[in-house]
Amino acid sequence: MVARLLPGGRDPIRPAPVAPVTITVDGEPTTGVAGQTLAGVILGSGTLGFRRTSAANAPRGVFCGIGVCFDCLVEVNGQRDVRACQRRASAGDAVVTQHDDLPGEANT
Amino acid sequence: MTQKVVIIGAGIVGAACARSLAAAGFDVTVIDRGTVAGGTSSACEGNILVSDKGAGFELTLAQHATTLWKRTAAELREQLGESFPAVEYDPKGGLVVATTAAGAEPLLAFAAGQQSAGVDARVIGVAEARSLEPDLAPGIQAAVYYPEDAQVQPTIATDALMSSARRSGVRVLENTPVLGPLLDAAGALVGVVTPAGPLRAEAVLVAAGPWSAEVAALLGVHLPVRPRRGEVLVTSRMRHRIFHKVYDADYVGAVGSSDSALQTSSVVESTGSGTVLIGSSRQQVGFDGRLRVDALQEIAAKAVRLFPFLADAAVMRSYGGFRPYMPDHLPVIGEDPRLPGLWHATGHEGAGVGLSLATAEMIRDRMLGIPTALDSAPFALSRASLVPHLREVA
Repeated sequence: MVARLLPGGRDPIRPAPVAPVTITVDGEPTTGVAGQTLAGVILGSGTLGFRRTSAANAPRGVFCGIGVCFDCLVEVNGQRDVRACQRRASAGDAVVTQHDDLPGEANT
Repeated sequence: MTQKVVIIGAGIVGAACARSLAAAGFDVTVIDRGTVAGGTSSACEGNILVSDKGAGFELTLAQHATTLWKRTAAELREQLGESFPAVEYDPKGGLVVATTAAGAEPLLAFAAGQQSAGVDARVIGVAEARSLEPDLAPGIQAAVYYPEDAQVQPTIATDALMSSARRSGVRVLENTPVLGPLLDAAGALVGVVTPAGPLRAEAVLVAAGPWSAEVAALLGVHLPVRPRRGEVLVTSRMRHRIFHKVYDADYVGAVGSSDSALQTSSVVESTGSGTVLIGSSRQQVGFDGRLRVDALQEIAAKAVRLFPFLADAAVMRSYGGFRPYMPDHLPVIGEDPRLPGLWHATGHEGAGVGLSLATAEMIRDRMLGIPTALDSAPFALSRASLVPHLREVA
């Protein structure tokens, strides 16, 4: 648990007890709250950046959080380019962080 | 006295004209009701193509533009420095394929015509096509390779040309629409009226792309430019699996057509950042910018016919833009004989990025009154093919 994650019992919107959900991120078991998105589980585990840009090697994670920016792409259960902020975590999801090298020569 | 020019439109054509004119010593102001590259120039693919043009005046202009781009991309790099984003000039070459037996013969005939006009159009075998593009679908009937085709990132290219122009003293007034002509006591055009006040100029150049008809009407003349909508799909990034601009031969038919109904054909290419752009459609729907799901479905389905692996690609977004369509499929470049002082550089449809530099050079030379590199008569407003489409404005 990190400071960014509101404990379930004190959530005024949904004050019910929470159930855990465990996924793996690059093989590491990571536990969040059932109902969270993959991005929520990853952020809740304390990780902000989980990918690096190809050109500047700068960290990227959740930027917009609403499915628009495509910055939070991860591979999930073998399928790449999944927006972590749009996919609800399912027990056992295997999340693999993505990296793409710059593909071509367009450097003029 | 330095001649003053007001350019209406801060897209790539306006930017290229501003840069060329300022370098030749003109005093240039660019105005746009929006922002630099706010219209068609940021809603296209950045094509610099010879492959999609049949032998004729537009092809000649495109061939000249191709050489200008090569030089200009290097000039911009040198002038603006490494800190300015790269224009992503990429002479990637084009590969045009016929996916049906019926399409093969017209493609080869088209290429033969281009060859006689001096285009490097290489008819290649299916095996060679697949060696250029290993993920190309089987069943290609014919293929032509065009090493001269290139691409830029059009928004950055526009911004780069405009930044270069600014360094030569060009003023750019964004969010400044034209309200009307500035006329002297005798009724002659001596500038334009804007919310920021009158702008006096010896020459007023309309470079407003698909909005040029509207601007021309404000200034008192009719110009038969119409918007033609085109849609593009963008995939998420992936490793390069597409190395050229690859398109189905029926693209040429869709571009050359005057039909207003939806037409799609497959145009697929990678960008420098790793996304894949999938086009294209042509549809005359006025300035209606609503999402066209039918068009997107068609272009996606056709792209998969060229590159089956795209069936599993994630589409990140789509965008559409309005192409400045001319009824005779040629841009208008030059003075307007109906209203002395008024000039046009518009109507390039889907070729404005490519043709911008050659257009700018022609405008510059016409304004200087020196011989143009290419014959400008085919692009004159008074050409025979356009006369039936011009009407009087009361």
